[in-house]
Amino acid sequence: MEEETGNKVILHGTFMSPYSKRVELALKLKSIPYLFVQEDLHNKSQTLLQYNPVHKKVPVLVHKGKPISESLFIIEYIHETWRNGPQLLPQDPYKRSKVRFWASYIQLHLFDVVMKVVKTEGEEQEKAITEVKEKLSIVEKEGLKEIFSDTDGEPTVTNESMSLVDIVMCTLLSPYKAHEEVLGMKIVDPETLPGVYCWLNAINETDVVKDLTPPYEQVLEILRTFRQMSLSRS
Amino acid sequence: MAERSEEVKLLGMWASPFSRRVEIALTLKGVPYEFSEQDITNKSPLLLQSNPVHKMIPVLLHNGKPISESLVILEYIDDTWKNNPILPQDPYDRAIARFWARFVDEQVYVTAMKVVGKVGVERDAAVEATRDLLKLMEKELVGKDFLGGESLGFVDIVATLVAFWLMRTEEVVGVKVVPVEMFPEIHRWVKNLLDVDVIKKCIPPEDEHLDYIRARMESLKLKSV
Repeated sequence: MEEETGNKVILHGTFMSPYSKRVELALKLKSIPYLFVQEDLHNKSQTLLQYNPVHKKVPVLVHKGKPISESLFIIEYIHETWRNGPQLLPQDPYKRSKVRFWASYIQLHLFDVVMKVVKTEGEEQEKAITEVKEKLSIVEKEGLKEIFSDTDGEPTVTNESMSLVDIVMCTLLSPYKAHEEVLGMKIVDPETLPGVYCWLNAINETDVVKDLTPPYEQVLEILRTFRQMSLSRS
Repeated sequence: MAERSEEVKLLGMWASPFSRRVEIALTLKGVPYEFSEQDITNKSPLLLQSNPVHKMIPVLLHNGKPISESLVILEYIDDTWKNNPILPQDPYDRAIARFWARFVDEQVYVTAMKVVGKVGVERDAAVEATRDLLKLMEKELVGKDFLGGESLGFVDIVATLVAFWLMRTEEVVGVKVVPVEMFPEIHRWVKNLLDVDVIKKCIPPEDEHLDYIRARMESLKLKSV
């Protein structure tokens, strides 16, 4: 077992942040005990500003007193530092490159635009939805066969096999049912995106995701409030 | 060395910083490779087939299997050929290196592109913004020969984009984005880079490169008219 003080793991994050959630998923998958420090993004702690002076953002993982920023890099750090338990990245360099490629793709090309779908309405929202569907089609057509090359493109996700890209996808669209209810439209249609749909369901069936997901009613409420706030600001 | 025939092919472009950084990595590790110059205005079937998602160079083909995105390729190269490691060994140092590499590509590059792409007040703002970002890089270099420490590393390879593209663009654009008075450490670092054989060998030859940048800027101007 890890010693108490020297190896202490602290995660600076926020309850709402999908980026914080990614790190929590990784820590939980590896059964790493950690202290969660809830940051107020409107009143960032001195510690946070000191630990992430470049971007001043959450999450920041602090291990042995040293801070690491950027959720994707924090997860790679966790993978490299705690060698036991589920491997968050494949051993094989080629498979690993595919996980990195798609995790980065989802982050760069889907995250902001999904956020836009939630935060806007009318024409702006329509444009965003079209883009989301386009990008998800690329994941469907090109991504699944590369990510799940062992199972011929069939998404299989367990607590033991969960990887960086599953984690990123989880924090993108795991609550797709809630999205559909709040927005009144399908983002992940099982007819046009059967693989992505299957992937999300497989992710949501894992224990680690179930443990970290609030009850459905609460997710709905959070999403509704977030959307209302965003719409009233614009 | 290799037990079976290793086929390494790079689909690249001579003037692209993203393509050249892969060449630096392969050369540093002594990996023999075939370079295939791509015409990005008329993309080859091989390129489109190897990178259907982005349809961009560079693409590394290792025994026929394609890897895209220069940072993903660099990590793949480091994972596959273990000699002359590019990334540090320690997980914390690796996280820091990845952070800075991403900073160069997603912040510095994007902002610096606006220096080339804009004029007037917008250009001035882009210059200011780029300098603000580079000040962080400047701080990182204090007391170090390279961004990787004592020797060339991952971040240096990625940041050749600053040393040999951004700084060369200054000549063409006529704006000193990175003046030596403001960025003495960066200038010292560029000199250190030029002392490294692999870098000398792998960066585009200066004259041809400047001509290319000039020609590209002209065509950008024509497009915006």
